[in-house]
Amino acid sequence: MSSTPFTTLIPLGETASQGAHVTVIKPQGGLGALDPVELWRRRELAWVLAMRDLRVRYKQTFLGVAWAVIQPLATMVVLHIFFGKVMGMADRVGDVPYPVFLYAGLLPWTLFSNAVTASSNSLVGNSHIMSKVYFPRLLLPLSATLVPAIDYVIAFVVLAGLMLWFQVPVTFGLVLVPLLVLSVVLAVLGIGILLASLTVCYRDFRYVVPFMLQLWLFMTPVIYDLSFVPERYQWLMNLNPMAGTIDAFRAVVLDQPVNYAAWGVSTTVAAITLVIGLFFFAKLERRFADVV
Amino acid sequence: MSETAIQVEGLSKRYRLGQAMTLRQRLAEVVGQARRGGGEKAEACGDNEFWALRDVALAVEPGEVLGLIGRNGAGKSTLLKILSRITDPTHGRVTIRGRVGSLLEVGTGFHPELTGRENIFLNGAILGMKRAEIKRRFDEIVDFAEVDRFLDTPVKRYSSGMYVRLAFAVAAHLSPEVLLIDEVLAVGDAAFQRKCLGKMDDVAKQGRTVVFVSHNMAAISTLCDRSVLLEGGEVAFVGATDKAIQLYLQRGDEQVPVALRDREDRAGSGAVRLHGISIQNAEHPDQTFIQSGDPLRVTIRYESDKPLSRPRFLVGIYDQMNQPLFRLDTQVTDQLPESLPARGEVVCETGPLLATAGMCYVNVAVQLGEEMADHVSQATRFGIEPADIYHTGRSFDRRDSLFLLPQKWRTQAA
Repeated sequence: MSSTPFTTLIPLGETASQGAHVTVIKPQGGLGALDPVELWRRRELAWVLAMRDLRVRYKQTFLGVAWAVIQPLATMVVLHIFFGKVMGMADRVGDVPYPVFLYAGLLPWTLFSNAVTASSNSLVGNSHIMSKVYFPRLLLPLSATLVPAIDYVIAFVVLAGLMLWFQVPVTFGLVLVPLLVLSVVLAVLGIGILLASLTVCYRDFRYVVPFMLQLWLFMTPVIYDLSFVPERYQWLMNLNPMAGTIDAFRAVVLDQPVNYAAWGVSTTVAAITLVIGLFFFAKLERRFADVV
Repeated sequence: MSETAIQVEGLSKRYRLGQAMTLRQRLAEVVGQARRGGGEKAEACGDNEFWALRDVALAVEPGEVLGLIGRNGAGKSTLLKILSRITDPTHGRVTIRGRVGSLLEVGTGFHPELTGRENIFLNGAILGMKRAEIKRRFDEIVDFAEVDRFLDTPVKRYSSGMYVRLAFAVAAHLSPEVLLIDEVLAVGDAAFQRKCLGKMDDVAKQGRTVVFVSHNMAAISTLCDRSVLLEGGEVAFVGATDKAIQLYLQRGDEQVPVALRDREDRAGSGAVRLHGISIQNAEHPDQTFIQSGDPLRVTIRYESDKPLSRPRFLVGIYDQMNQPLFRLDTQVTDQLPESLPARGEVVCETGPLLATAGMCYVNVAVQLGEEMADHVSQATRFGIEPADIYHTGRSFDRRDSLFLLPQKWRTQAA
C-alpha cells in the first residue's frame, strides 16, 4: 500500500499561523536518523544526561570522584607487580620507569574501555525514556562517553604526578595529547555506536562487550611496546584502532619518537569504524523503540 | 488558521509478534541461508505479524482538543507513539505544524536518587525544554506541584502523590503548540486531577492543539469537542464526542473480555501474578447475576515463586465512565496475615453493594511492601441488575444517582 502522494509540503518558514516548525513523519529510510541539525538542537540533553549519570554515581558511591583515579592506578600497580616485576617486563622497555610506561598506556585505554562499555549499554539502559519521548537517539551513546571523558581528565592529573615523581621530563611533544584524545574519541564513538545498536537487537552483546574488552587489552600495546611485535605483523596490530594511538600517546609522554604511520593507520581504522557504526545505527534506529 | 495542525494520511503500523530474534537464531538463519545457496529468505516470523494501525486518516485543526478513545489494543497508544515520533509508521505519513510536546507518561526519566530540583531540570530537558526556559518557569513549576519544602530531597523519599504532582507540573509547563497526552490524568488524587484538568483546559483555551487519550470518559467529554473512536487499529468513528462515547460504550458491551490469566496488558514487577478474579453474590454464590444491595464475595487467585511478605491486595470498582465507585484495600482493613503462601486465594466479603444498576469495571492489583507486583486494569466486569428493594417495581437509575442511600419516608406534623 502506498500513501497518497503529498505535494503541498510547506517549506520551513512559511507557516505564519503556527510558527515555522513543520514535522513530517513517514517510514524512515536511509540515514534520516542521523540528522545533524536535530542533533545539535538537542545537544543540551546529552550534557544533562551525562550530569545525571555523574550525580547519581556520586550519590550512590562512597568514593565518588576517587574512582576515576583508583581504576587506572590500581590496574597499573597490579600489572606492574605481575608483568613488571614477576615477569621482568620492567627491564625490557628500555630506560623508562615501567609504572609510568603502564599508566601512560592505561590512561587512554581506560577512557576507551569505559566509554565503549557505557555507550554500548546506553540505549538499553535508557529504554524507559526511549519508549516514551522522542529525541535523536544518537544522543545517548554520545552522552555516555562524557562521564568517562571527565574521569580521563581527572586521571590525567595523576599522570602528571607520576611524571614528577619518576622525574620524566615534560616535553613539547605533549601538545599532541589533544589530537591523540581525538583519535581515542573517534575509536570510542565508532565501536560504541556500533555496539549500542547491536546490543538493542541482540542482548547477547551485553555479555560479549566486557569479555571482548578484556581480550582487547592484551591485543593492544599497553603492557608491552609495539616494538615487541615482530615487524612483519605490526601492520596487523595497527588495524586495532587503539594500537597505534596508545603507542603514540605513550611515546609523547615518555619523549620517545612517535610512530606517526601506526597512529595514522589506527585513526583511519577508527574513522572507518565510525562510518560503519553510524550506518548500522541509522539502519536499526527505527526498530529501537519497538524492541527495547 | 485554515491549515490543519495535524494531518494523518494512510497511516499503518505493523508489529512483529513474539520475542526479538536472538543472536543465535539470527546466525542460524544466516548460516541456513548460506547452505541453501542464499536463495529463499527464511521468513521466521512471517505469520506473526500484527497491524496495530491500519490506514488511519485524520485531520486535527489548530486549537482543537481531540479525544482518542478505544479499547485496550485498539491502537490509541501506537497512534500517539507515531505522532510523538517514538516509533516509525510502516506506511503513510503525518504532517504536524508547530512544536510538538508529548506526554505519554508523567515523570519520564525521573531518577529516584536525584532531588526534586535536579529532576525538574532532567525531566524538562528530556521533554525538550531548554535550560533557560526551565529556569524561567521554575518557580511556577514548583508552585504548581506544591513541593517547595522538598525541593532538595531525593524523589525516592517522595510520597506517590508528590511524585506525580511534580512530574505533571514539569510537563504542564511545556509550551508546545501541539500537545499529545496519554492517560496522565489516571494518577494522583481527585483534587490534583481536577487541577490537571483545569490546566489542560487552559492549554486548550490558549489555542494550542491537544490530542488526548484516556479511558476516563468523563474527562474526555469535558475536554474534547470531537473524538476519534479506534477499533482494531482502524478509525471506527470521528465526530462529536458524545456520539463517540456512546458508540464506545455500546460496542464495549458486545465484546467478550479476555480471561485474567491470559491478559498481557499488565503493569508491575511481575513478582506475583494475579490469574483469576471472580465476583459473586456472597449469600447465594450460585446466583448468576448481581443485584443492587447484594453483598459481594470477591475471590482473587494469585501465584508467585515464593511466599508473599506484606502483601497488599487492591480492588477498584469503576463505572462505565471510569469514575471510581468503590475500593477494597487490605492495607486499610489490615485483616490479612503478614505473609501468605506462594499460591492461593484471598477472599473479600463485602456488605451490601449500594450502587444503582449498570456496568462496573474492576481493576485488581497486588503490592509487596511498596513494590507494585501486578496490576491489571479492567480485569473483569459485572453488571448490577436493578433490585426491587422497596417492592414497588421501581428502582433508582444511574443517570440520577451512582449510589443507593437507604431511605425511609414518613410524614410529620408541621
